Amino acid sequence: MDVLDLSRWQFGITTVYHFLFVPLTIGLSVVVAGLQTAWYRTKKPEYLRLTKFWGRLFLINFAMGVVTGIVQEFQFGMNWSDYSRFVGDVFGAPLAMEGLVAFFLESTFLGLWIFGWDKLSPRLHLATIWLAAIGTSLSAYFILAANSWMQHPVGYRVVNGRAELTDIWAVLTNSTTLVTFPHVLFGAFLTAGAFVLGISAWFLLRGRDVAVFRTSARLALVVGLVAGIGASFSGHWQAQIMTEQQPMKMAAAEALWEDETSAGFSLFAIGDVENGRNHVNVQIPYGLSFLATNTFDGKVQGINDIQARYEAAYGPGDYRPVVGLAYWSFRLMIGFGGLSALLALAGLWLTRRGRLPSGRWCYRIAIAGIALPFVANSLGWIFTEMGRQPWTVFGLMSTASAVSPGVDVTEVAITLVGFTLVYAVLAFIEVRLLLKYIKLGAEERSEPESPVPALSY
Amino acid sequence: MELTTIWFLLIAVLWTGYFVLEGFDFGVGILLPFLGRTPGERATVVKTIGPVWDGNEVWLLVAGGATFAAFPEWYATLFSGFYLPLFLILLALIVRGVALEYRNKSDSPKGWDRAFFWGSLGPALLWGVAFANIVRGVPLDAAHEYTGNLFTLLNPFALLGGVATLLLFTLHGAVFLALRTTGELRERATRAARTLAPLTVLVVLGFLVAARSGTVSWAAVAVAAAGMAVALVATLRGRDGWAFTGSALGIAAFVATLFTSMWPNVMPALDPANSLTVTNAASGPYTLTVMTWVAAICTPVVLGYQAWTYWVFRKRLTGAN
Ligand code: HDD
Ligand code: HEM
Ligand code: HEM
Repeated sequence: MDVLDLSRWQFGITTVYHFLFVPLTIGLSVVVAGLQTAWYRTKKPEYLRLTKFWGRLFLINFAMGVVTGIVQEFQFGMNWSDYSRFVGDVFGAPLAMEGLVAFFLESTFLGLWIFGWDKLSPRLHLATIWLAAIGTSLSAYFILAANSWMQHPVGYRVVNGRAELTDIWAVLTNSTTLVTFPHVLFGAFLTAGAFVLGISAWFLLRGRDVAVFRTSARLALVVGLVAGIGASFSGHWQAQIMTEQQPMKMAAAEALWEDETSAGFSLFAIGDVENGRNHVNVQIPYGLSFLATNTFDGKVQGINDIQARYEAAYGPGDYRPVVGLAYWSFRLMIGFGGLSALLALAGLWLTRRGRLPSGRWCYRIAIAGIALPFVANSLGWIFTEMGRQPWTVFGLMSTASAVSPGVDVTEVAITLVGFTLVYAVLAFIEVRLLLKYIKLGAEERSEPESPVPALSY
Repeated sequence: MELTTIWFLLIAVLWTGYFVLEGFDFGVGILLPFLGRTPGERATVVKTIGPVWDGNEVWLLVAGGATFAAFPEWYATLFSGFYLPLFLILLALIVRGVALEYRNKSDSPKGWDRAFFWGSLGPALLWGVAFANIVRGVPLDAAHEYTGNLFTLLNPFALLGGVATLLLFTLHGAVFLALRTTGELRERATRAARTLAPLTVLVVLGFLVAARSGTVSWAAVAVAAAGMAVALVATLRGRDGWAFTGSALGIAAFVATLFTSMWPNVMPALDPANSLTVTNAASGPYTLTVMTWVAAICTPVVLGYQAWTYWVFRKRLTGAN
């Protein structure tokens, strides 16, 4: 392995890891804010208990999101210094805005929320959690604008071998950003929905605090279903934009080798990358043309044809991403995410009009279902990022030329192993802590972290 | 004023904000095992920074992001060049952040407190090492790539810089704790500040005098000396607010000395022909203009709500819990 491979592994591992916590933070912050709003409006004590219970789990998760995010902020300079030199002018702007506009907001107001229960008026205290929640979504917006620029560069010109910003609005309203942002948010809410549902099911299964956790389960089911539907629609738009901007990614996602009209959506394929064809391909007729172009006879480009066109445009080289990976990550993102949405639909039916299903397996499935959107999110990113290869900035800069020239293999190996080990230990600690706080339940009790120390003066 | 100058100043301001605010967070972490004798006291010590530490750390993230946007070459050279020290800092910040959030959720905060201590001590030392190297100059080639190794960075001057920031932040933390606690904890913090102050003044001034260059930086060194003197005198007289103001001023002037000594370089090279300067490291004028507007609008708002947070949590905490 050389510096490039190791750097890619490092970026992939640390970023996918960061994104395990991110969607839960984004989704759960709004759920907690919603519950606290319900308490503020109705003054029903069970809403306060729910706010505090989910709030504690939210904070355990948030801490991990923060510390893993810090690494991200510096990685571009550490491992991708030529990339940073080339794009800093454009790419640094949304990153700096994210810090100034979003990170300050979420971290400051979350601090106020945690410690401000008895220091702020109930109204002001409610406002702090909403501001923190807004901060998390804003942060997603800016970072996705930065990432979308890598998928589809706009608002720049290349001067002296560097990309220079010419239009910040073009970057912030990039069509890619506008479809990616809702997709990621819906994915985040699906994640929060499945998390809240699964844990509520754990309590319902044990018959513990049933009235309260029935409330949160129902809420989670509604959130999950709406988010699942939203993710499908926004994903559909994204696919269309992607077909236009990165046809190779769509072709790889579908293992579509030659240009085709009335293309089918592939469900299962065994491909032969060497010779550029499939051995087996089970399809939904017209599915791909519809997904990609909104018409049943639309033309979709195939890998072999795009490869020939790119060689003509960019010079000789292999412009194909790892087809098998793109194919399966795309399918399984939709599969796992869709399954999670179906669970929400089934759950709403089973719990209609105050019912609770009697089969224990229902609850067990809901608990296991927590994993689905996490996997779908990771696969979504793996697809988006690996499908862009061999480019790091599409059409402008290859991944191979982005890596730091001055960093050697030993150094990257040390940090790769170091981060991975620390992250593994932290995952273990985090899960144990979550379990501990779940088991403590939502009963009234004096909380260890509540502001008990007496104040002088 | 040139936009590149404005951004040089702004980045100096961001680092100042970071060192003044996270400086006392580091100090609190370093002093925790010495000042907190009972579990209750330790909880109180940690609680003095509980609501604010995360917001303080964002100053670093914004300094990083702003450097990326305004001086991409600087961002690229600095973080790929100082690769392993930065890795250590990041590890320390990870461990420390998790420790701060999880210690009071855990049955055994002892281990977390140890993590908090080392996670504070590491960066407090390493930031000084890094900045001393930046000011002194490092080996860069014509493509602005760092050509030294880890040991190039561990020279005596840089280590002196590391000890300087370590002492400065520890003193700042002691003064902060004196301001934020009562009773025995406050007394212990005051005593720590008094003990630390003379050595801190000596090392910090020694380092600054060795690091400074150019006339303006003399003024900054003088202010640093004055700030630390105020901190010392006010501590002796029990004027906690003044002591804190003094040490905050000392840190601000510390950063000012370094930045005025660098100007107009952002990263001087041993061979001056290869130095990164505010001109050759900067983004285009359009990016700088956009970012100036963003900073002009957002910074006052951020300062406003962060100041308000400190106001909300202004009451002193008692040690006994
Ligand atoms: C779609 C959303 C999203 C994506 C793609 C990323 N992040 Fe993130 N990040 C967040 C959404 C988020 C968040 C929701 O705002 C977090 C998660 C948990 C948290 O505390 O805030 C966060 C935390 C977080 C922090 C700590 C902020 C703090 O102290 O409050 C930093 C420095 C970054 N991120 C930086 C990055 C970088 C450089 C990324 C690109 C590789 C990245 N994140 C991907
Ligand atoms: C949190 C969500 C994200 C995940 C899970 C993710 C995942 C990945 C993965 C798996 C790779 C390795 C691909 C490969 O080397 O083949 C990668 C590369 C990369 N990604 Fe992302 N990414 C995410 C967000 C972002 C964002 C928001 C940005 C920019 C703002 C970004 C910038 C990059 C860069 C610079 C590389 C390295 C160059 C490359 O290998 O293409 N990523 N990412
Ligand atoms: C029918 C359902 C879905 C479709 C058609 C779909 C489509 C897509 C497409 C085309 C992309 C790649 C965009 C690009 O690279 O430009 C993508 C990315 C992604 N998807 Fe999906 N998706 C679906 C469901 C889901 C679900 C349910 C989740 C999460 C739980 C999810 C999470 C993600 C994530 C995190 C990304 C990466 C970020 C991004 O580029 O937006 N997707 N999806």
